[in-house]
Amino acid sequence: MPQVSMTVNGKPASGDVEGRTLLVEFLRENVGLTGTHVGCDTSQCGACVVHVDGRDVKACTMFAAEAEGAEVTTIEGMGEPDGTLHPVQQAFQDHHGLQCGFCTPGMVMSAVALLEKNPKPSEAEIRDYLEGNICRCTGYHNIVKAIMAASGQDVGRIAAE
Amino acid sequence: MYAFDFTRPRTIDEAAKALGAEDAQALGGGQTLIPALKQRLAMPSTLVSLSAIPEMQGVCRADDGSVCVGGATPHAVVAAQAAGDFPALADLALNIGDPAVRNRGTIGGSLANNDPSSCYPAAVLGTGATVVTNTRKIAADEFFDGMFTTALEEGEIIVEVRFPVPRRAAYAKFEQPASRFALVGAFVAQYDDGVRVAVTGASEDGVFRWAEAEKALGAEFSADALDGMAPSAEGMIGDLHGSPEYRAHLVGVMTRRAVAAAG
Ligand SMILES: Cc1cc2nc3c(=O)[nH]c(=O)nc-3n(C[C@H](O)[C@H](O)[C@H](O)COP(=O)(O)OP(=O)(O)OC[C@H]3O[C@@H](n4cnc5c(N)ncnc54)[C@H](O)[C@@H]3O)c2cc1C
Ligand code: FES
Ligand code: FES
Repeated sequence: MPQVSMTVNGKPASGDVEGRTLLVEFLRENVGLTGTHVGCDTSQCGACVVHVDGRDVKACTMFAAEAEGAEVTTIEGMGEPDGTLHPVQQAFQDHHGLQCGFCTPGMVMSAVALLEKNPKPSEAEIRDYLEGNICRCTGYHNIVKAIMAASGQDVGRIAAE
Repeated sequence: MYAFDFTRPRTIDEAAKALGAEDAQALGGGQTLIPALKQRLAMPSTLVSLSAIPEMQGVCRADDGSVCVGGATPHAVVAAQAAGDFPALADLALNIGDPAVRNRGTIGGSLANNDPSSCYPAAVLGTGATVVTNTRKIAADEFFDGMFTTALEEGEIIVEVRFPVPRRAAYAKFEQPASRFALVGAFVAQYDDGVRVAVTGASEDGVFRWAEAEKALGAEFSADALDGMAPSAEGMIGDLHGSPEYRAHLVGVMTRRAVAAAG
């Protein structure tokens, strides 16, 4: 079996994989990081979003071998080592941006990618960016609110109608 | 997925060689192929990844003024790098799927797949672009051969697409609300010697040129020139998202919107 090596959350990770091993399988089963979820397995829901070389991708629709040599960041790499949450994670908690939490890792990874490109997105831009992230629970409202708050913007304006 | 070998060559020559093996298949961004593999709709012996070939990445401007897009360039990179030289193309790329799909899906994969609802075929046919492969150059009018079918031979690689830059152009897409693919999309481009109109999403034969609209717009480039015009519903796709008549009507509407957006 071929070997694959990459950096995951700043640490080297390598293992033997098959050609068909998905990145999400490598992360969950070889590296033991189960924060990246598999919802649909068909690139629709975004529960599996991670960053590969700074770009948000669906880890269920990428082979592990394609990440050879890459810098991969998962939800586990977002907070500080002492457990302090990333500002986007903290905002999800403060604004009730999750209910069951299944979609949350992907939502946070997509939101962080958005804010890196667009530090002060409008509500419409946030909703547009999250097109590939599906949540069955929240109705999205508090997710959008959390991302507005994490980007230092007033969330009063988007109060529930 | 059935098991397969995986290889990630660094040059087009190496990739072409690897694709010469029996049942070897190219892997672009995998946004279509991986779901197909998961459903066991494909059984390649080897997947030849095109993602690590520097010659196939990025957007540049050729000496003749055309915009060249490397065959393995993801949609997000086209959206960023073509924005200055060919904004209509950048805008089309920016509205494909969602951000994560745009970070993986590639122009070569989209064209080779020739999904009847995909966006890039409209830009390629609507500009009369040239599809450059590892063995030849294929004119857009010769490339698309009906739904999911192209002029590509087994193992042939799209290494680049060359777009002649129009005076003005725009793509207007009516999104299928679940998949966000085009229910109908129209690409309109005006050149010194005429206007081209290519329509995706609508026809059972895949992307097509709407000759009647090209003629009308060649005489007068305005949405009004297409007033009341729509192609025949015969041969249009009918499914749960829309009837053939609905799609034919949308072709008129989306083409007028594209003309208006081109300014
Ligand atoms: C959720 C979702 C939403 C989407 N929305 C849209 C949309 O709105 N509009 C749209 O147009 N598309 C859309 N797509 C399709 C997507 O944009 C990709 O373009 C498409 O999946 C194919 O590109 P790929 O690079 O992923 O190709 P792959 O899946 O890797 O390959 C597809 C086929 O092309 C072949 N191939 C790949 N690269 C080459 C090459 N360089 N030369 C020759 N053959 C090659 C492969 O062998 C395979 O047969 C969507 C996809 C998803 C998953
Ligand atoms: S599990 Fe990857 S998109 Fe749903
Ligand atoms: S919080 Fe349950 S799916 Fe989003």
